[in-house]
Amino acid sequence: MTFKNLLDIWRETNIPFDEVILTEEMVETGMDPVIIKNNMKRLVEVMLTESEKNYGKKHESLTGLTGDNAPKLLNHSPKLLSDFNYVATITAISTAENNAAMGRIVACPTAGSCGVVPAILYALKKVHNASFDELVSSFIIAGAIGNVIAKKATISGAAGGCQAEIGTAAAMASAALTYYFSKDAEKCGHAASLALKSLMGLVCDPVGGFVEVPCVKRNASAANVAIATAEMALAGVESVIPFDEVVDAMYRVGKMMHEDLRETGNGGIAATPTARKLVENIKRGWN
Amino acid sequence: MGMLDVVGPVMVGPSSSHTLGALKIARFSYKLIEGIPDEVEFYLHGSFAKTYLGHGTDRALIAGVLGLREYDYDIKNAYDLAKKHNLKYSFIETDLGDVNPNTVLIRSKKDNKINEVQGSSIGGGAIKINKINGVDCDLSGDYNTLIVVNKDIKGALENILKVISVNVANLYLKRTNIIEGRALTILELDEKPSNLNELGNLECVIKYFYVGSDNI
Repeated sequence: MTFKNLLDIWRETNIPFDEVILTEEMVETGMDPVIIKNNMKRLVEVMLTESEKNYGKKHESLTGLTGDNAPKLLNHSPKLLSDFNYVATITAISTAENNAAMGRIVACPTAGSCGVVPAILYALKKVHNASFDELVSSFIIAGAIGNVIAKKATISGAAGGCQAEIGTAAAMASAALTYYFSKDAEKCGHAASLALKSLMGLVCDPVGGFVEVPCVKRNASAANVAIATAEMALAGVESVIPFDEVVDAMYRVGKMMHEDLRETGNGGIAATPTARKLVENIKRGWN
Repeated sequence: MGMLDVVGPVMVGPSSSHTLGALKIARFSYKLIEGIPDEVEFYLHGSFAKTYLGHGTDRALIAGVLGLREYDYDIKNAYDLAKKHNLKYSFIETDLGDVNPNTVLIRSKKDNKINEVQGSSIGGGAIKINKINGVDCDLSGDYNTLIVVNKDIKGALENILKVISVNVANLYLKRTNIIEGRALTILELDEKPSNLNELGNLECVIKYFYVGSDNI
């Protein structure tokens, strides 16, 4: 599946883009579109329920490396972010910290990047009063973007670096936001391209190999990348390079990355002296 | 692969390969022995051995052999649940040889019978069951799986296939004990056979296990 292929059908048929995607899913997987949509609804439901439940809450993660960032943001009055960004940022951190504390999440596309898409869905609901059905339609666009990346490249940090995880999540979220406000499939492609390009080359370097540092905070910053790139796309800013080619480029970059920079916990932030000391202390506590 | 494989599943964190995959392997073992074992040993290999505490792999494994699903909040409370069910467990760091870094061998004892399942978590929550009671295989857990201990005699496989009469996706067969004349047959099936119990009537079948897929 390519994004261009989906765009071509959308241009030719005049059918809403989310319906084009569901029909194409049926052609590829043989699954009834009603079943696919019901599954997508359930995922949105879980994201909204968990976002509401965990918003700004303190969590106890398995290693103690993260867990109290969401309350800090909640107790702070934002100086720089809009209401929308602020709610999205808290949601992203809360979701990622909930994940680190063995809470229930939707892997979207992975567990380590689970905060980005709920961040924008929950903010759309809270700040723009988005209806459930509108959120589901937008989420279907996110699913298609993730699916194109998974098929053409990878969504695994071990295979392609964090660009493949959080980069994909940001591209999905950016396209979903753009669809919510424009219903324009071409703009969604530009938004996803701009987001993925912004995070291209990002290494996967979890301290100690645990999905906590720097993963949790990356979810929050990626949500804001998604918002900024969606705003650009809505304003008519275009990605010079089409989405499919951006995905191919991301994959090639991922393959060029040294193994130490792909989820091994041997490179990047994980290789700093502080990180090594923290991991030593954690493991000492277990023995 | 479809869109629903990319978004989702609903799961308990923190890691799809270290938590979700581990749970799925352990749940396969739970379904194989049809219930909670009295005693279980988890032999952890590679990255599973190094980081299991920080990824909740330990709790996911216990939750899995207790039969919990990947979205159950109680995975976090697996140790308490184990106590409630009088489940004895131990984690043993080991080297299982040339296997995927996220591999676990689960040795479970129930009613004095021992069964072994070895599986690898291969990323994104996907698993490969690569050994059942010593027989190499390569099961995704996505299919309905039938495991038959049969007599190593001519026509055994033919008779088994005749009874189940559903489409076979993959098949593994190995002579396991020459002296006792035993073999193990593992079949991945597209659907659940309606007359599984007839297998027990077959002369060549010693025992069988059925592990239904969790997928809808």
